[in-house]
Amino acid sequence: MIPMLPDAEATLAELADRMRGAVSPEAAFVGIYSGGAWIAERLATMLGPAHRVGFLDVSFYRDDYERTGLKPNARRSALDFDVAGATIVLIDDVLFTGRSVRAAINELFDYGRPAAIELAVLVDRGGRELPIEATYVGVRLAVARNLDIVLSRDDKGMLALAAESRPSTR
Amino acid sequence: MRNPQLGVDGALKHLLTLEGLPAAVITQILDTAVPFASIGEREVKKVPLLRGKAVFNLFFENSTRTRTTFEIAAKRLSADVINLNIGASSTSKGETVLDTVDNLTAMDANIFVVRHCESGAPHLIASHLHAVGRHDVHVINAGDGRHQHPTQGLLDLYTIRHYKRDFRNLSVAIVGDILHSRVARSLIHGLATLGTPDVRVVAPQTLLPARIESLGVRVFHDMREGIRDCDVVVMLRLQNERMRGALLPSAGEYFKYYGLTPEKLALAKPDAIVMHPGPMNRGVEIDSAVADGERSVILPQVTFGIAVRMAVMSIIAGSPGARA
Repeated sequence: MIPMLPDAEATLAELADRMRGAVSPEAAFVGIYSGGAWIAERLATMLGPAHRVGFLDVSFYRDDYERTGLKPNARRSALDFDVAGATIVLIDDVLFTGRSVRAAINELFDYGRPAAIELAVLVDRGGRELPIEATYVGVRLAVARNLDIVLSRDDKGMLALAAESRPSTR
Repeated sequence: MRNPQLGVDGALKHLLTLEGLPAAVITQILDTAVPFASIGEREVKKVPLLRGKAVFNLFFENSTRTRTTFEIAAKRLSADVINLNIGASSTSKGETVLDTVDNLTAMDANIFVVRHCESGAPHLIASHLHAVGRHDVHVINAGDGRHQHPTQGLLDLYTIRHYKRDFRNLSVAIVGDILHSRVARSLIHGLATLGTPDVRVVAPQTLLPARIESLGVRVFHDMREGIRDCDVVVMLRLQNERMRGALLPSAGEYFKYYGLTPEKLALAKPDAIVMHPGPMNRGVEIDSAVADGERSVILPQVTFGIAVRMAVMSIIAGSPGARA
């Protein structure tokens, strides 16, 4: 069964509402490529330009390298601020097993020792395999394990959610 | 016949030569090297990809720089690195290359980085590992005889792409001892695969291999003609021992005709870059004013070489054969 998915733009607005006033004014927004990066850029526009924005590609920190090899199209992580002592909100599109977030936290510490790390996600779909929870959630969904929830962005920058069958190789 | 570097699924398993390596694989390596280059700018210059893996630098022929950059690349991937200077040990006691490899494989080697004075030695080791069913052990050619030096070719391609963005409208001149240069051979194959329209080799007849034109290059004996209006000038090292043979009259005369001086460089495009694989012979193939000048990218080449070798090691060690 393909679940009914909420509108991504409306969910993003809800996530921004939950973060407004709760998130530190000095916090840097660090998006995980690719969906999390789009959301980080949008949240910075919605919540004020004082929030610095950075991007992480966690390919070199993933725990499935031994099984699947290096993903093609790895991108350059870009954190143009001092991570040491910074308050950071990690941002991802979909929180599932928690493994990407684990990889992102490990990568952040190779840049420096942050004062604090929070986590904001557009969708929390359950199914955690690690003790990781989000600080801010746009929407919580119950989704069968054989489905992927995928965020896309069109030419105009509008976000959309879709459900796809998982490739069986995973 | 299947390309021995690629697995049945087309994934890169060994890196032996740039000849016949598909453009998609070369581009994948260059693209993967970009994020690895940024790791060199961080506080902690290490990622955990190859934790628990062992990289054996198997150097049957000396090379400080190549061995060092492979060692740094492997360490930045968190691999364990074992350096073996074989020339000084086993073979002098009579052990064959393949016996050496079998012994090191029994010590749980995952990647062999092989330099050998004989063309084809890395290929022989890769074939042997295949024959004995060790599909989880990978070979990287770090220079074999006059044949190939694929990671040098890849770092040259990375450097050219970094400064010139696109190969499809470039003129590249390779100047010097083409005959003995595995660097030149690797680069020529890579440039052709990526669609470079104009590749020139510039050298005296005595330093050119026979039928070099068959690789799709234009031959020049006059350096002023050869580097005119080109975008990239690659200078090759003139090995001193060539002077002792009958190939060349003297270092001074070579410099006069084939040394890169500011005056000759002025004939290339105003934004042309100057490359050299090192180690340089100042005053033999290149003038210090050029080597240290603003168009020289010789030191960035060395830095890019680490990222390119990280990309190669992480791609082959993660290839499906490694997981069988």
